[in-house]
Amino acid sequence: MNLALRDIRHNLGRFLLTCLGLGLLLGVALAMVGIYGGVVEEALSLARGLRADLWVVEGGSRGPFAEASRIPGDVREAVARLPGVTPAGSLTFQTVEARHAGGPGGNEPPSEELVRERAGEAGRQRIGAVLRLQVVGYEPDRPGGPPGILQGRGIGRGRLEMVLDRSAGVPLGAMVEMANIRYRVVGFSTRTVSTGGDPLAWITLRDSQDLQFRLNPPAARRAQQGGGGALPQDTVNAVIARISPHADPAAVAAEIRRWKHFAALTAAEQEQVLTRSVVDRARKQLGLFTTVLLLVSAVIVALIIYTLTMDKMREIATLKLIGAPDATIVALVMQQAMLLGAVSFAGGAALLLAVKDNFPRRVVLGPEEVAGFGLLVFVICLVASLLGVRYALRVEPAQALGG
Amino acid sequence: MSPLVELQGIAKGFGEGEARVQALSDITLSVAAGEVVGLRGPSGSGKSTLLNLVACILEPDEGVLRLADETVWQGRWAKADLRALRRRAIGFIFQFHNLLPFLDATDNVALAMTLNDVPLAKARDRARALLDYLQIGKRAGAMPAKLSGGEAQRVAIARALANQPHIILADEPTAALDSERAQVVMDLLRRVAREQAAAVLVVTHDDKIFSRFDRLVSLRDGRIEGEMRPG
Repeated sequence: MNLALRDIRHNLGRFLLTCLGLGLLLGVALAMVGIYGGVVEEALSLARGLRADLWVVEGGSRGPFAEASRIPGDVREAVARLPGVTPAGSLTFQTVEARHAGGPGGNEPPSEELVRERAGEAGRQRIGAVLRLQVVGYEPDRPGGPPGILQGRGIGRGRLEMVLDRSAGVPLGAMVEMANIRYRVVGFSTRTVSTGGDPLAWITLRDSQDLQFRLNPPAARRAQQGGGGALPQDTVNAVIARISPHADPAAVAAEIRRWKHFAALTAAEQEQVLTRSVVDRARKQLGLFTTVLLLVSAVIVALIIYTLTMDKMREIATLKLIGAPDATIVALVMQQAMLLGAVSFAGGAALLLAVKDNFPRRVVLGPEEVAGFGLLVFVICLVASLLGVRYALRVEPAQALGG
Repeated sequence: MSPLVELQGIAKGFGEGEARVQALSDITLSVAAGEVVGLRGPSGSGKSTLLNLVACILEPDEGVLRLADETVWQGRWAKADLRALRRRAIGFIFQFHNLLPFLDATDNVALAMTLNDVPLAKARDRARALLDYLQIGKRAGAMPAKLSGGEAQRVAIARALANQPHIILADEPTAALDSERAQVVMDLLRRVAREQAAAVLVVTHDDKIFSRFDRLVSLRDGRIEGEMRPG
């Protein structure tokens, strides 16, 4: 006869209400874990999507994602000539505030009437809406392009074309304006975002270098056009290389590090930079929130179980007096704590999984994260129930006697 | 008949030094199988302490306590052994029935048997039979909150009888009942004592039921003041 279950069934309303509150709390804590997973996945999505074995960046920097890196565009040829390197490609990265500049088929800038007319298109960015994009400039047919095309096509050799992450919400064929130049969206990439969660846009390297030039301050632009500028226009932020399976990326990286003014990172080192530096603050913040929420959950479980046990003081004394062993009493308290945790966790996790796609930030929760969190909740409930167990074991059977 | 409850020269005190209170002194008492003995006395006379001693909750400072042919405490009884003895040999009846509110009448009775390793199905069958024996079988599925005071006390008696104990200890079993129901409960206890050859020790203040005891023992200031046979 399971006394814990029978007691819960007797007070089902109170138990479910308690589970609802605790479930919401655990759901928020689990959301923090999922948001961290999303931050890491988004941070790594670009680096992984490019499938680079080696990153060549400016000497003394840790790559284009953690620090500024500018290197001459012709470095790509030097890298490509190294033994073991199969293809190499130059890349630029810049975060740009762009503008949705017209629907599919429209080359002209939208009139105010058109903006008003299309303003209501459900699920899409309105014409004229400002988009925050991470623009990647790459050389078509070389490493560095979009990891996959979901719809439409990739960029050919043509100029002023763009492959965009679908999450930007701009329809295929639409125009996107950056620094007064309009690019046509010719394809959607598989989901890839920047470390900050901005959708990625791929354009050709030449277009991106033009864009960089146009986005420079006017004085720098004038100086550069006059030949006296400090920055040549053929600069890139990184060169990526794929390495033959028979070569060692670390050995190639060591070779490049011997060059003046350049640094090289293997794919693993790049991911380490991204997870340790770029998302480190997010990890600490989300970790702190998760820890606090779990501590609050533990205190709540402990108080609930303690109160439930106190409410049953006379019943526990009676059980002891009629000869129930301590194991029966301990099981009564602990099973209730476990059931409270299990039902709350199941409710919180189900709720989160149902609504996670509507979160403003990406929530990534795999079976391992959910199972690990469940195990943590189990341990918390086990520890939190000890207070109630201690109380129950101290109840004297004599308390059952007398009025 | 040989006594099932036997106390010889029992003494029990609480506290140390100046603050020490002697709750019981030189108590010698026995209750035989089939006998219903009442224990009465004013507040502070030592009734509860005596009941706790017989229930193996308190250890006497002096004297010998024998329950169902076993000498308790001497030879260092562990807590678990005492609980096992209570499960096996003693049935308890309380002033306010103390039924578990989340179990129905049948399971309240069956629980006592399952603690003694009786399989649940068999325990439930025996519980229903016991409830029938105590003429409350029609309320077998009722939760304690739905039972009247008299019904709840009869379920509590059924629970006390569940493991066919040799000894039944009752703490003011009629205090919460009206006169008619109190008589019914006492008749049941007498019947149980006779039919199951159990020793029944009842602590009571209730003078309406004094006549239902085989013997009535009076306590005052921790000592036995006197004994009478109401019949």
